[in-house]
Amino acid sequence: MFNRDRWREIFDTIRKNKLRTFLSGFTVALGIFIFIILFGLGNGLKNTFQEFFLDDASNAIFLYPGRTSIPYKGFKANRRIEFKNDDLEEIKENFAYFLEYLTPRITRSALTSYKNESNNYTTRAVAPGHQFVEKTIIMKGRYLDQLDIKEKKKSAVIGRLVAKDLFKTEDPIGKYINVGATVFKVVGVFQDDGGDNEERNIYIPYTTRQLIEKSNDKVDQIVMTFRKELGHAGALAFEQSVKKYLKEKKAIAPEDPNGIYVQNLTDDLKRSQQFAVVLQLIVSFVGLGTLIAGIIGISNIMVFVVKERTKELGIRKALGATPLSVIQMILQESVFITALSGFLGLFLGIVVLENIGLTLEDYFIKNPFIDLGTALSATLVLIIFGAIAGYIPAKRASSIKPIVALRDE
Amino acid sequence: MIKINELHKSYKMGTSSLHVLKGINIDIEEGELVAIMGSSGSGKSTLLNILGMLDVADEGDYILDGVPIKNLNETKAAKYRNQFLGFIFQSFNLINYKTALENVSLPLYYQGIARKERQEAALDYLDRVGLKDWATHLPSELSGGQKQRVAIARAMASKPKVLLADEPTGALDTKTSYEVMDLIQKINEEGKTILVVTHEPDIAQMCKRIVQLKDGVIIEDKKIKQVLASTHV
Repeated sequence: MFNRDRWREIFDTIRKNKLRTFLSGFTVALGIFIFIILFGLGNGLKNTFQEFFLDDASNAIFLYPGRTSIPYKGFKANRRIEFKNDDLEEIKENFAYFLEYLTPRITRSALTSYKNESNNYTTRAVAPGHQFVEKTIIMKGRYLDQLDIKEKKKSAVIGRLVAKDLFKTEDPIGKYINVGATVFKVVGVFQDDGGDNEERNIYIPYTTRQLIEKSNDKVDQIVMTFRKELGHAGALAFEQSVKKYLKEKKAIAPEDPNGIYVQNLTDDLKRSQQFAVVLQLIVSFVGLGTLIAGIIGISNIMVFVVKERTKELGIRKALGATPLSVIQMILQESVFITALSGFLGLFLGIVVLENIGLTLEDYFIKNPFIDLGTALSATLVLIIFGAIAGYIPAKRASSIKPIVALRDE
Repeated sequence: MIKINELHKSYKMGTSSLHVLKGINIDIEEGELVAIMGSSGSGKSTLLNILGMLDVADEGDYILDGVPIKNLNETKAAKYRNQFLGFIFQSFNLINYKTALENVSLPLYYQGIARKERQEAALDYLDRVGLKDWATHLPSELSGGQKQRVAIARAMASKPKVLLADEPTGALDTKTSYEVMDLIQKINEEGKTILVVTHEPDIAQMCKRIVQLKDGVIIEDKKIKQVLASTHV
């Protein structure tokens, strides 16, 4: 392997047979290059998908009050159902085992202003747990805390775009904004991967909202997350029992579909996961296919190369080349070329992938990447198969009688 | 130098078999220049291939320089070829992407001789065939006669015991043929044993001994008075 003279002979052959060298090198380089690009783009697609569908906590359950459609226990139909603070408490108490976070959500829209700037924004009155349900990311300051809830403080956490609109370059933390007719102190700024609309929200304590609205205890929606260990089936069971509990409490007929609405993201989660699996399969399939195409390509070239050299090999054998030295020569040459061009393709692929990284976001491909381990093993696989593909015809050529090989034209 | 006793060779052609050599006996001394003649199909090329260990006989003994040649595997045959034999082919069989010098040094590469020594020796042999100035040229840049002279230099390079030439002038015009034969005669004068397969009588007359083959047997084996090729050039 480390015979200097043999290497010199091989370099000599490579240098003087440029087309052949180029063909086999090009096949391998192209194979690896395409493999890396496709695999990388596939990963980018997966990234986009994850961002798209997995914005909110995937274990969230949303409860909305509705109107009854069936008379029950002496109540007429078409009765309006409302959630109250004590519903929150009771769910918390009775379903502690299933629950991760629980928060009410009261949504209002109000003209909000700071100094001369003003605009209409949605305010969501929530509990601290909402941060985890919505996957809100705090950029500056803090989120709402229990003290805000308990003391009904006029604290507000504003979205990144709200801060940008109202405060421009000023630091909003500690400043006072008018939300409707009430003055709130900004305690935090957040961002949200869910998009621009999410970042135009303002979060305030739900108790404060209730205080402003004549000290009532009404709640628009209840949002909760279940413990992920429950799994799909557990989540559905949890959803059913909460629904049953509330229906009983609010005197809604068990068969009434309209009293309480439930949106359970666990179904979405499951679908998303299935989709992610399918996407992963497609990416793997594309990668595997490219690799197989590459292997077939290099095999063809190797057969061709050995065929082309049959006469030369015959001459070499007549001059005293042993079969082993013939095989060694062909293999060493092919492994050298495939390794070199394989790593070249690998390098080029990664460079291209890095550079197109940002430009494809409009086409649903975000941060295309390939981990080096996958890329290296793909290259290695191609080199090994290149060697095997070279070995078989080389073995055959080495065992042809020189007299037969010499007759080959 | 070469002793052959009752050599038989047949080729299978589908179901029937073709008996090409039917008991050949030859004894060739060192320093002889032997022409093997015969019409096509007489078995002369088969004989040469067996002598060259490019092919194996079915029966009979073959002793080369005191070494019995039998039960050869490819590796052993390759070593013997490299050590004992030099080949000159009708179609030259130079490696087309190697220069004249590299072609000549190739047998030395397979003898495991260091690069520098190889190149010096190869250049020396090219000089002896009058092609020192063409050392860096590719076969495609050489004339037929020059190619054959490169091939002769290559055959000589490994210092073989015996040179085997299969129709060495078959692809050359008369004038060039005589030039090549002149070279072969000179090499023979230096003491090298040479076998030439040919069907041209004038080429055979330039050897020292003529072996006539017909239908796989030797019909005539005589020493002749050699015609010097240099008188024709």
